[in-house]
Amino acid sequence: MSNKVKKNLTPVQQEYYDFAKQREPKRPVFSNCVRAFLVGGGICLLGQLISDFFLWNFDFTEKTAGNPTVAILIIISVLLTALGVYDHIAQWAGAGTAVPVTGFANTMASAAIEHRTEGFVLGVGGKMFKLAGPVIAFGVFSAFVVALIKTVITMLGGL
Amino acid sequence: MEAYLWAFVVGGLICVIGQILMDVFKYTPAHTMAILVVSGSILSGLGLYEPLIDFAGAGATVPITSFGNSLVHGAMAEAESTGILGILTGIFEVTSAGISAAIIFAFLGALLFKPKG
Amino acid sequence: MLKGHQTWVYPAKPVIISTGTVGGPQEAKGPLAEDFDLLHGDLWLGQDSYEKAEKKMLEEACEITLKKAGLQKKDLQFFLCGDLLNQVVSSSFAARTLAVPFLGLYGACSTSMEGLALGALIVDSGYGERVLCGTSSHNAATEKQYRYPTEYGSQKPPTAQWTVTGAGAALLAPGGDGPVVTSATIGRVVDMGMSDPFNMGGAMAPAAVDTITAHLRDMQASPRDYDLIATGDLGKVGFEIASDLLKKHGLEIPSELFTDCGLEIYDKKHPEALSGGSGCGCSATVVYGHILNRMKKGELKKVLIVATGALLSPLSYQQKETIPCIAHAVSIEYGC
Repeated sequence: MSNKVKKNLTPVQQEYYDFAKQREPKRPVFSNCVRAFLVGGGICLLGQLISDFFLWNFDFTEKTAGNPTVAILIIISVLLTALGVYDHIAQWAGAGTAVPVTGFANTMASAAIEHRTEGFVLGVGGKMFKLAGPVIAFGVFSAFVVALIKTVITMLGGL
Repeated sequence: MEAYLWAFVVGGLICVIGQILMDVFKYTPAHTMAILVVSGSILSGLGLYEPLIDFAGAGATVPITSFGNSLVHGAMAEAESTGILGILTGIFEVTSAGISAAIIFAFLGALLFKPKG
Repeated sequence: MLKGHQTWVYPAKPVIISTGTVGGPQEAKGPLAEDFDLLHGDLWLGQDSYEKAEKKMLEEACEITLKKAGLQKKDLQFFLCGDLLNQVVSSSFAARTLAVPFLGLYGACSTSMEGLALGALIVDSGYGERVLCGTSSHNAATEKQYRYPTEYGSQKPPTAQWTVTGAGAALLAPGGDGPVVTSATIGRVVDMGMSDPFNMGGAMAPAAVDTITAHLRDMQASPRDYDLIATGDLGKVGFEIASDLLKKHGLEIPSELFTDCGLEIYDKKHPEALSGGSGCGCSATVVYGHILNRMKKGELKKVLIVATGALLSPLSYQQKETIPCIAHAVSIEYGC
């Protein structure tokens, strides 16, 4: 949580919190943002190139070219995760690898690979969505709410 | 050429927003992704995400925000053609490729590889 | 017997007659590699899960300890052991292999000194003559349980620490040649409202300061009575906080005799160590290996080891709880 007075801290605890905060190495926010920008932009650029490749060489439209693009980015991400390389790139790039769909694929691949020791059903199958679950749950729920609101507004006479 | 530039810049900027959510507001990656996905849904509902895709191409379709957009689109398209229940039946229609690919390849990854630590 | 408010002194002078330390690949690359009895090149140890690997490491540490003392499993009377995994499984399964009366412990990363203090109590009071105290931690197993899958691409902040893959064991007996356990101060739980699981050092520093203060007060001693005072795993961040906090309370420990095991075990320039080493195995392997070796070489005569632990669970953090911490101190002498 940010650097403000936290609720439920006694005065002694608050004093210690400030004391400790002063001695905490600050996260290099600016350089993290620069790296996130470069890597994130780079991945999107790659996505654009892949998308155009499918557009020009196969029977895809601008809308449908997104599907194989996402699939390819996912395969690359899973491969890098499986080879043990993704986490090192991500330590450097931060949100640059987490925000694109590569991050989503990494959450699923890393959880699936890690929990194989607990078996395929409960381990791989059961734990695969450990980190990806929030994205799917909140994505679907928010889309449901948005779509419902829009549909009801349309039904009541439209905007 | 210009399309590539904007894909890079817009995609990069969305990632910077994610980085700020993590470093300044101290959200975990999971919370950050949830926030971005919901933002995508809301922007989609307001009709603002499609213009962003037209402008930035993959810069808007590759980040996780586009997942929210695709879910709303799937729901709306089906609702428009079959009525309000279409929201439920259509929601995964557009994102099916992404989710299926992620599940299938994650499973394959677990079949073929061990974690490296 | 009891001295002061929370300190035990051991007049019968229990002796650490043997130790065993095992480490993993990162520890092998560190500056203390020579002080390990056994080092492994990977995290699996030929097992098919990280959890089984940790159990194997603990068994190896115990085996090495017994072998160096010329004893066998049946000569052991009691086994005190703990680790970081749920239900302290590594310790329970190692105890199954040893087939010796077992007391499972949980003190998070303070387990090493918790075990040594209790083991010395058993020997000192005459309630046992061959007591083995052990503990272990495994980087990948701990990350999987407390934080994220090891291949997950999340960016760790500079306050994060690297859990040591290591196991350490010490065998206590009423007599013989070896470093002597002279006193132990049992710490109390201190919670200063810190709640960031990626900044354990900041959460644990107050507990270390509390126990050091209690020890020096109970023993009516001062820092200069020791050749070395070492905390368990405060790391760069926690160690600086503890040093400043001690200074603030008028109890400054001269920097040439104050250190932290988490800072010693890895090269300071190691990019992944971030704030330093942590885990039960950290204090155990550094103390039972490097520090006791220095004592046997005559470089150190009296040391105070303050192992620190963060008593959170993966769930408590999600339920918005803060991180309560504890520190146990044990003083060891050799050649006095």
